[in-house]
Amino acid sequence: MTRPIFLLLMLVALLAIGSLSIGPANLPFADGLRALVAGGDGPLVLVMREIRLPRMVLAVMIGGTLGLAGAAMQGYLRNPLAEPGLLGVSGCAALGAVLAIQTGMSAAFALALPLSALAGAVLAVVILVVLTGPRGETLTLILGGIAISAIAGALTSLVLNLSPNPFAANEIIFWMMGSLADRSMLHVWLALPFMIVGLALLAGVGRGLDALTLGEDAAAAMGFDLGMLRLRIVLGTACVVGAGTAVAGSIGFVGLVVPHLLRGTVGGRPGPLLWVSALGGAAMLLGADIAVRLIAPDRDLKLGVLTALVGAPFFLHLVWRSRRQRA
Amino acid sequence: MLRRALCLLLAFAAPAAAQQAPARVVSMNLCTDQMAMLLAAPGQLISVSSLARDRQSSAMADEAMRYPVNHGLAEEIWLLKPDLVIAGTFTARASVEMLKRLGVPVLTVPPAYGLADIAERLRLVGDAIGQRDTTDAVITDFKTRLAALRARTGRRPSAALYYANGYTTGNQTLAGEILLTAGFANIAGDGGGGRMSLEALAMASPEALITGQPYPGASRSEEILDHPVVRRIRAARASRSVTDSDWLCGTPYVLRAISDLSALRQEIE
Repeated sequence: MTRPIFLLLMLVALLAIGSLSIGPANLPFADGLRALVAGGDGPLVLVMREIRLPRMVLAVMIGGTLGLAGAAMQGYLRNPLAEPGLLGVSGCAALGAVLAIQTGMSAAFALALPLSALAGAVLAVVILVVLTGPRGETLTLILGGIAISAIAGALTSLVLNLSPNPFAANEIIFWMMGSLADRSMLHVWLALPFMIVGLALLAGVGRGLDALTLGEDAAAAMGFDLGMLRLRIVLGTACVVGAGTAVAGSIGFVGLVVPHLLRGTVGGRPGPLLWVSALGGAAMLLGADIAVRLIAPDRDLKLGVLTALVGAPFFLHLVWRSRRQRA
Repeated sequence: MLRRALCLLLAFAAPAAAQQAPARVVSMNLCTDQMAMLLAAPGQLISVSSLARDRQSSAMADEAMRYPVNHGLAEEIWLLKPDLVIAGTFTARASVEMLKRLGVPVLTVPPAYGLADIAERLRLVGDAIGQRDTTDAVITDFKTRLAALRARTGRRPSAALYYANGYTTGNQTLAGEILLTAGFANIAGDGGGGRMSLEALAMASPEALITGQPYPGASRSEEILDHPVVRRIRAARASRSVTDSDWLCGTPYVLRAISDLSALRQEIE
């Protein structure tokens, strides 16, 4: 248990340093770090503190919370196919964010952006949980998720198409695929409070999820309040996914792949899986964000493209396996 | 493809100029709208595109109020019974193709890729609508004023054009030539331009930053013009936020953009 956490921490730290040292401006590594720490005036400091630092911090925050949210949803629904991006939670959050931007609310009041995304995410998670119940029947879950994704995607496209702004329609791809390019510390501060609340809510669900593996009755008999557990997971997931999507668009598959890869390292227990998944998610998104900058430095390749290329085959593999298990 | 388009264009342009001037001309592209409004005889131009009235994109929004507008749909244009339709090479291709099938003469005008193209495009439109004298006068006036504006400067301050989504344009574009003519050195260099990362902008730290003005309705794409890096450069260096209307189309109105920027350069010196 401590060993995978230690190894993952090392990996995240390495990738974070890598993320800080990669960019189109080809700075000498040592100069960049010195500028980052020491500060000062020149363009070097501007690049390190205002461009690369927020990008790295956001990758850690968003990747980490996506991994955590994926592990929590999979634990609660007891279904390895649950994931905020696939099930339309991110899509609804994106719709909320787009509405906040297009109505001018976010220009008048900055926190309206994450708040509106949060509202979208809450709506999606509530529909999903009510629809499938705690047993997480696969077919209902996936079909419900597809429907929610489709509605959210269609409404997002509609709002952006109706905008008088000539750039808005092109942003559909950002909201569907996600990107960390050109973010600033402002976006970090916008997302941070909601991420902290979400983390606090999800931090306490581990033991409840462990108990739930024995069945609802057993968990209830052990003194766990299942209604409370559900509420924490619904609100916690919505908080972190809403805040992340509001600043970086919807990034899929992180919450699916990471818990699945790491489940073996914690003996399949959903409680400890939460924290290793958080670290694994941070590592995965940092890696993906480094990769998009290496593959196409001038193009703003979207993050979701990479995570989907890795994640979708995984998803197919999981579906294949669950089909065989049923047969 | 391009050659075919040019052939078609010549096939329609040449006889139109030789025969008598078309009496009912419809324009369906922002740039040809402005050229047609500059050159057409009173009553000859019967409709312009709806964008021509948009203050942010059109340098002749007020003039455009005097003309009925179309939305580039084949049906509405067909109903206007035009003798000549003027379209851009890239505008509403499906509508243009349909109008051609219906036997309406269509002149397709390519966009101006530089200052030298402007006179040529004006000539193309002027000949097609049979207004040779007006066209001569407009072109002569444009060339004289352009020659007077050409900066006679030793040092060229560095400058960047920076738009939504971090796009920039290089020297081989209309906007790039406007910048050059006003006496700046474009940090995007030769070529057409493309995405310039915030990092590259910060490291180049140009002496002047020229950004576009935000369009109505909000967008994420324009957020970059409010990024701390851009704000820092804007605060420390000379900067201008320009409206697209004088920059988008190859019309004599680019002279306004050039003199705007020349004033900015004189501030720096």
